[in-house]
Amino acid sequence: MSLWIWLLVACALAYAWKIVGYFVPARFLEDPRTSRIAGTMTIGLLASLTVVNAVVSGQGLAADARLGALAAAGIALALRAPFLVVVIAGAGAAALLRFLGWN
Amino acid sequence: MKLLASPAVKVGISISIATGLYGISFGALAVTSGLNIWQTMALSLLLFSGGSQFAFIGVVAGGGSGIAAMSAATLLGMRNGIYGMQLNALLRPTGWRKYIGAQLTIDESTATSTGQADPDEQRRGFWAAGVGVYVLWNLFTVVGALAGSGLGDPKQWGLDGAAVAAFLALLWPRLKGREPIAIAAVCAVATVLAVPFVPPGVPILVAAVVAAFVGWFSHGRRDEGLEPDFEPYAGHGHGHGHQRAAGGKLPGAPGAEGTEPGAGA
Repeated sequence: MSLWIWLLVACALAYAWKIVGYFVPARFLEDPRTSRIAGTMTIGLLASLTVVNAVVSGQGLAADARLGALAAAGIALALRAPFLVVVIAGAGAAALLRFLGWN
Repeated sequence: MKLLASPAVKVGISISIATGLYGISFGALAVTSGLNIWQTMALSLLLFSGGSQFAFIGVVAGGGSGIAAMSAATLLGMRNGIYGMQLNALLRPTGWRKYIGAQLTIDESTATSTGQADPDEQRRGFWAAGVGVYVLWNLFTVVGALAGSGLGDPKQWGLDGAAVAAFLALLWPRLKGREPIAIAAVCAVATVLAVPFVPPGVPILVAAVVAAFVGWFSHGRRDEGLEPDFEPYAGHGHGHGHQRAAGGKLPGAPGAEGTEPGAGA
């Protein structure tokens, strides 16, 4: 139940960011720092989410089939594969490694 | 159909299909991370911002709390506020268009709009991509959620690997040049170092703080990291950061560096 509450809060705040953009004076945007922080935070969060989903298990680190997924996704991206193909490559690599016995 | 002759509408439609399709992976991953179908649909209908939605389920999947998931999603949503400011200066929407347009303000609609030079095309591009992505993203979210809930053990299908791949794919187009790569590396290390000391989900917020710090004190490209998940103008030369700077340049914004005017045309 509490997940619902935080989920709806997240939805409300997401819309708040969007609508605020339409109402703040344009000069606020002229401070390059604002868009710099929005940009670096996007990079930082996505990098962090990648790592967490690849090697974090609870409050520890684990090297398992997900590392294979990371490698496969990296190769697919380097070959300029479209998003869905990258995701399928990641899933396929993890599934295959598990099938071969690497947890 | 005169509308289909518009280059911005064409780009908007193709970006809608590409983005919409990856709604399948969002839907499937959301239900396997523990959300039910209604929660999954609520995220796509109400939150409607790919990166934030993936962040929310990514934190939940890792055992993080609802509040940590909400925080990560909200921090990632900050850039939509920047897009809103750009689009407001560019399109000058009035009345209800402002409120509806705000919900459609995401990477793809902004990139499609700011990549055009003509004001009418900028407007058509925004609405075509915004409405198109919204409809298809929600449609494919349901498809993915239904498929995902019928899969049984998600690990057997490598769906946790799919999540890893999805985040790397969202990060990838933003790693242009040495600085964003350095930021990504520093934040990755900060995450790993924080893991043993804080509850699940919080390491992601630690990384966000580190990244904000870098943004505050460094002086890189101002639109760094604000690349869209999908490049709408991929077929028209490269370096969309420049296109963005040209098309989305704010009135009186100082030096969109290295950009020739109208590069986005």
